[in-house]
This record gives sequence, C-alpha cells and structure tokens, in this order.
Amino acid sequence: MTALVERNKNGCIKVSKPSRGQRVLKGLLIGSAIFTVIGFFIMDYAGLDLTQAIPMTLDNLGQMFLSPSLNNTTWSNALWQVTITLSLAFLSTILGAVISLFLAFGTAVNLSKPWVSNTIKAFITVVRAVPTVLWVLIFAIAAGLGSVAAVIGMIFHSIAYLVKAYSEAFEEVDEGKIEALRASGASYFHILFQVIVPQTKSFLISWTFLRFEINFGVAVAMGAAAGAGGIGYELFMASTFYYDMQEVGAITLIILVVAIILELFANKLKVNA
Amino acid sequence: MAVEHKTKEVTKNRTDFNKKETDEVLISFDEDIEVTGNEVETASKKELKEMPVIMSIENLNKEYSKGKSVLKEINFNIKQGELLSIIGPSGAGKSTLLRSINRMIEPTSGKITFDGKNITSVKGKELRHMRTNIGMIFQHYNLVDRLSVFENVMHGTLGYKNSLQGIFSMYTESEKEEALDIITELGIQDHIYKRCDELSGGQKQRVGIARALVQKPKIILCDEPIASLDPSSSRVIMDHLRKICSEKGITVIVNLHQVDVAKNYSDRIIGLNSGQVVFNGHPAEIDKEVIQSIYGTDFDDLITE
Amino acid sequence: MMSKTNTLNVNEINIIQKKNLYLLLTVVVIVGLIMLASYITEYNHIEGVLSIPAAASWMASNIWFSSSTLANLGSVMRLLWETILISIVSTTTAAIFAVVFALMGSKLTYINKPLMLAAKIIASISRNIPVVAWALILVISFGTNSMTGFLALFFGSFGFLVRAFVETIDEDSKDSVEALKATGATYWHTIFKAVLPGSMPQMFSWILFMIETNIRSATLVGLLTGTGIGYLFDLYYKQLNYEMVSLITLAIVLAVLVIEAISNIIRREIL
Repeated sequence: MTALVERNKNGCIKVSKPSRGQRVLKGLLIGSAIFTVIGFFIMDYAGLDLTQAIPMTLDNLGQMFLSPSLNNTTWSNALWQVTITLSLAFLSTILGAVISLFLAFGTAVNLSKPWVSNTIKAFITVVRAVPTVLWVLIFAIAAGLGSVAAVIGMIFHSIAYLVKAYSEAFEEVDEGKIEALRASGASYFHILFQVIVPQTKSFLISWTFLRFEINFGVAVAMGAAAGAGGIGYELFMASTFYYDMQEVGAITLIILVVAIILELFANKLKVNA
Repeated sequence: MAVEHKTKEVTKNRTDFNKKETDEVLISFDEDIEVTGNEVETASKKELKEMPVIMSIENLNKEYSKGKSVLKEINFNIKQGELLSIIGPSGAGKSTLLRSINRMIEPTSGKITFDGKNITSVKGKELRHMRTNIGMIFQHYNLVDRLSVFENVMHGTLGYKNSLQGIFSMYTESEKEEALDIITELGIQDHIYKRCDELSGGQKQRVGIARALVQKPKIILCDEPIASLDPSSSRVIMDHLRKICSEKGITVIVNLHQVDVAKNYSDRIIGLNSGQVVFNGHPAEIDKEVIQSIYGTDFDDLITE
Repeated sequence: MMSKTNTLNVNEINIIQKKNLYLLLTVVVIVGLIMLASYITEYNHIEGVLSIPAAASWMASNIWFSSSTLANLGSVMRLLWETILISIVSTTTAAIFAVVFALMGSKLTYINKPLMLAAKIIASISRNIPVVAWALILVISFGTNSMTGFLALFFGSFGFLVRAFVETIDEDSKDSVEALKATGATYWHTIFKAVLPGSMPQMFSWILFMIETNIRSATLVGLLTGTGIGYLFDLYYKQLNYEMVSLITLAIVLAVLVIEAISNIIRREIL
C-alpha cells in the first residue's frame, strides 16, 4: 500500500497526480492570464482619453436608455425597417436550411461516403473562416450593395452552421432503423425522408430557429456595415450621421426587444426538442 | 438450517450452475439466508436488534407544491448500528425521505431528532456539523469525475474545514493516512491517482463509500447504491455496506428497489407506498401480503421481472 | 375479418392523406413567407443565384497578387495581429466576469434569487444588443482606437459566455455539488472543489470558440469603428483595389483557420 503512495518534496502525501490534460489546462490558464495583461499594455490607445471617454459614454448611455425617442424617423418606419431585417434573416435562414439539409445528408458519416463527408466539411471550414460582412461585401461587388448581396452572403454562414448541426443530429439516428429499411430494399431517398428527417424533425426545427435568431443579429450588422438596409442601417445613420443618442437608444431598445423575444422562442423550442 | 435451505433452493432451480455462479444467483433470488463466503451475518432471528435509538422521525411531511404531498406523516426510529432498508415502488418518496434526513430537501413539516438534538431547523454551522455526521452515497456516485480518487475521498473531510482550508486542499497528514486506510479496506488502493472517470461503476461506488467513511459519520445514507451496477459489483457494494454496519457500528440506511437484496442484507425494512410507511419490521416478516401492500403486486411477479 | 382489414386500410389512408396535407400546407406557408420576405426586401432569386458564379470569377481573377500588392503585406500583418490581440484579450477579460455572473446565475450555485435574476438580465441585455450597436455607441466617445473594439467585443462575448457557462455548470456539476453539500462542505468548497474542476475544461473550450468568433466579429467592428484589419479592408474596398481586398480576406481566412486548428489541438488535450 505504502509503495503506491507518492510524496512531495516535504514528505507530504500527494492527493493528486495531475494528468497531462490537467497540466496543459493549468498552463493555458496561466498563459492566457499573462497574455491578457501584456495585451492591455501593447494595445493601440491612440487618441484615447479615458477621463473624457468614460463620462461621455455614461452620458450617452443615459440619453439612450433614459430618454429614448425617434427624432428623425417615425415609429411606423422603424417597425417597417425591423420587418425588413427580419425578412433578410428569414430568407437567408430558410434558403440556407434547404441547401444545408442536402449537404448534411452528404456530411453525416452514417449516410454518406467518407470522402464526400470530408470534402463538405473542409469546404464548410473555409466558408466559416470568412467573416459574414466580407462575404456580403464580396457579393456586393458582383451584385451591387443591397438585399441580394446580404442574403447570399448571410446564407454562407448559415449553411456552415446548419450543416454541422443537422449532420450531427442525423448521426445520432439509431443505426438499426436505417439497417432495417435498407434490408427491406428501400431506396436511399426513401431512407432519408421516411426515417432520418422524421426522426430528427424537432432537432432540425430547433436548430433552424436558433440560426434565425442569430441571423437577426447578423442582419442588423449587415444593415449597418454593408448597406443591406433595415433597422441596422437606421442605427448606423442615427449614430454616425445624426449623432442622435436618443434615437440610437430607441433603435437599440427595439432591436433588444425583438432579440429577446426570439431568444425566448428559441429556448422554448430547445426545451421541447 | 440456512445452508440446507440454500442447497434445496439451488438444486431445485439451478442444478447446472457451478459454485461461483450460484452465489451471484443467490444475491438476487434467495430469500432469507446469509450470503456465503463472507464473515458478515444477517440477523436470522425474527427479533429486531436491541440498540439505542440514534434518530427519530416524527410526523414528517413534504409537499413540493400545494396539495401534492410526497411524504405523509412519516414516523419511525432509527437505531444505532442497524442496516435499515427502505423499499417501495418508484415515486413512493424513498429518495425524498432519505434527503429529508440530512436536509438536502427541506421537509414541509415534522420533526427529526438526531443524537438527542432537534435538527429540523438547524442552519449554517450547525447544519454543516450535522451533515458531517451523516455520510451519503448516491446511485450515480456523484464524484467529481475529473479529480483523482484520492481527492474525491478527501472531500469527505471538507465538513470539518473552513472555506479557505478547503479551497487550498489543506488536508493534514493524519487525515490523508486515515483516508488511505479506508481506501485500502475498500480495495481501491491501486487507483488512488487515477481520475474517477477512468473507473468502473463498482469502483466509483467504492470511492463514494470511502468519501462517506472519511467523514467519520454515525449514519450513512445510501440512495439506490446498486441501481446502476451489475450483479457482481452490486454484491461487493452490499457486502461492504453490511460490513461497515456490523464492524464499525455505523447505521446504514439504504433505499433499494430489489426486495430480495433488502431481505438478504437488512436488519429491518421499511416499506413505503405513495409517501406513507406501510411496513416497518423484520425482513423475515416480508411475505406476499406485505409485498402486495407495498407494491400493489405479487412477490412472484416482482422476482421474475 | 375481411371488413376489419378494410377499415384498417381506410384509416391508414386517412392518416397518410392527413400527413400529406399537413406537409403540403407547411410547404405552401413557407413558400408564401419566402415570397413575402423577398417582396419586402426586394430580393431577386435569379440575381441571387447569378451572383454566385460572378463572385467566384471575381475571386479567381483577384488572387494573383501583383508585387505592389504584396508590398503591403507588412501593414496587413500588423493590423491582423492587432485584431487577433483585441479578440483574445476581450474574450479572456469577458470570461473572468462571465464566470462570476454564471455562478450567480446558475440554479446550482446562486447566492440568492434577486442576484440570480440581476445576473441573468444583465447577461441577456449584453448578449442581445448586437455587437454593431455596441461598436457604434462606443466609437462616439472612445474614438477610433483599440479600446472601442475591445469594449464592443467584450460586451458581446460576456453575455454569450454567461449563457454558455451557466449551461456547462448546470450540466456537469449537479451531482457532485449535491454530494459535497451532503458532506457538510461550505458554499466556497462546492465552487472550488466541485463546480470549477468539473466545468473548467468545457468552459475553456467555450472561450476558444469565442476567440474564433471574435476574430470574425472584430473585422466587422473594425469596419465600423475604423480600427484593425476591418478598417484596412474598408479602405481598399472603397478605393476599388480588389487585389488588396482579396489579400486581406485571404489573410483573415488563414488566421481564423490557424486559430481553429490550434483550438482543436488544445481541446483534444484538455477535454
């Protein structure tokens, strides 16, 4: 028994012998702490005056959230812009979902050949590495700034996200059920739409809605940064063109309310799934 | 007498089994005999152990929401050094009852006296002190999977330490050596530096028992300790619990859903049905009618299940 | 006997018909919504499809960099590094705050109900205000420097990480917290001996995920606030210098891929 016990330098019994993973994690935690501290010192603070910036931010936040109002636009217009943003999010989600469904059949290892699966996975990794805003701006060169570039650009990330989620759900499907249908001579598409999709339906819906929730935020961003229109563009105009903090506040609150409603819906779907 | 009984059973049912296998069969099929190959001994006399009462539970009620009571007017005493099994169908409130004893679940009303002290409403330091005296083991072992076996066992001493001592793992050498003795007794000394998720179910449960014993408890509560284990590991765990009870004089309270295991190992059995105590007596008193009253079904159905 | 099979068949047919009807209805509703949304956003499906080959040929024609483009590689790398730095530092800082808020917000480790609610509301607000909104608000007072990007990413990451950490704690630590409480351990014992050892690797994995996400978001924030690699992209994009645009895109893609690869190696080690 005593032979199994290890002691440290002071002759005390050790209660643990950290595994490789635990040592790595410890090193990483210490490393990131040091990196963060150094990072704060080497960041570029050109033109920053904290004594001015902090009170000004607080003042702005006060104007935004304590006295929000729409000065340069109307409520009906703001709501219309929200509808546009929601529509952009909806289009990119649903079109992305349809494409993702078929790509996911090719990605799920239990439904496809390894080389097909790996090719799609590699393609998706690259697609995901490009920020959405760059996709949108690249498509804007071909299609002009506007909804076409925004939707197509947003579809790319939606696909990257949904293919991963869908294919993982498909891989969870009981192998026995697929086997049984295969044995009865069912065709490939028969298996997909009679077993795989019905079995994973609630997961698919839940993930798709989650992506819709994300895409709403992305659509706001594309409106502000890539001229896609919608409430994001209004926000951009209010802050950089009119410098109107009250309006920025009102628009931010509208976005916040919509986002929270979507999140609550997504959570509800997740619980049911 | 008992051995004869056993031989009869075995020849009747499983003539073609070799010795080792019959032992395993016995644990799940036999009725009222000691398990051979161990020094442990079940009280085969019909009278209950005469020992001082260590805990008494009076008029205990628990409602999770208004009108939905899980426990109704529970009354019983727990004696020092007995192995008490609580049996009953799932949803009868076994788990709630067990957790009410160490106040992991707050009872709605009633009184629990432990060691001559009313513990129904103790708080803070006193509550912690009470819990150090009551060890607990769980169906899913409830270990910190990523920590070593030794660290998990040492968690049993946390009740005696203040926050800082605990956070910085300031365990004394004598505590560690005591823990090592317990670990060795339970036969898991080869694994002390392994992560708990590398162990088998039976080994994990022994870590759980070691953690409880390190607390130096007067009572150990076991919530379905063998429900996730295979028959041979179950047997090892139940033998250890029996031994702890007989040799260390620690009271062991076990929630079980296997009636036969309860009959084999217990000094006393309490039957629970929809939150009420419907049986409280010696294992030998368990017959078809009692089973019927606890489970609402026949004993034979239960065994073949 | 005969009549029984017949009624069965009729029932089955009814079920199948109902199912098909339901499916048809769903498809009709979705197609209707797509048409409505296309009308609202003035989205043209044909143009959309056509833009893909157009963009592909654009990409193909612009990745043969001339030497004058490559001469700018130095400044691209410098700003890329700045962007990576902001992404990592904002994530780690947000993670520290998020751990505290997650402990307050988890139903396993909350201190009291009002604090739990407050933690959840703060996290929800910080997460649901889009990063662009944070960027636009902060750039007004903080100006065009790293601090703006840092803070915008900080608020976005913070809210997300709180939600992820709460889920991690609730999933991984439920049983061990119960066991430690039962031994008479204090609140701080359960945090440091059960919750943190149990959830730390998963939490770190979320941090890595957040860093990957933030590098992409940093590009967006940079575009709006005139900092980092996003600013450079915007500059050349407006000058119609498409070779530089694709060089920058390529640099970002490589950076993200490298960081993803490193993350995956780390995950394999710690999980």
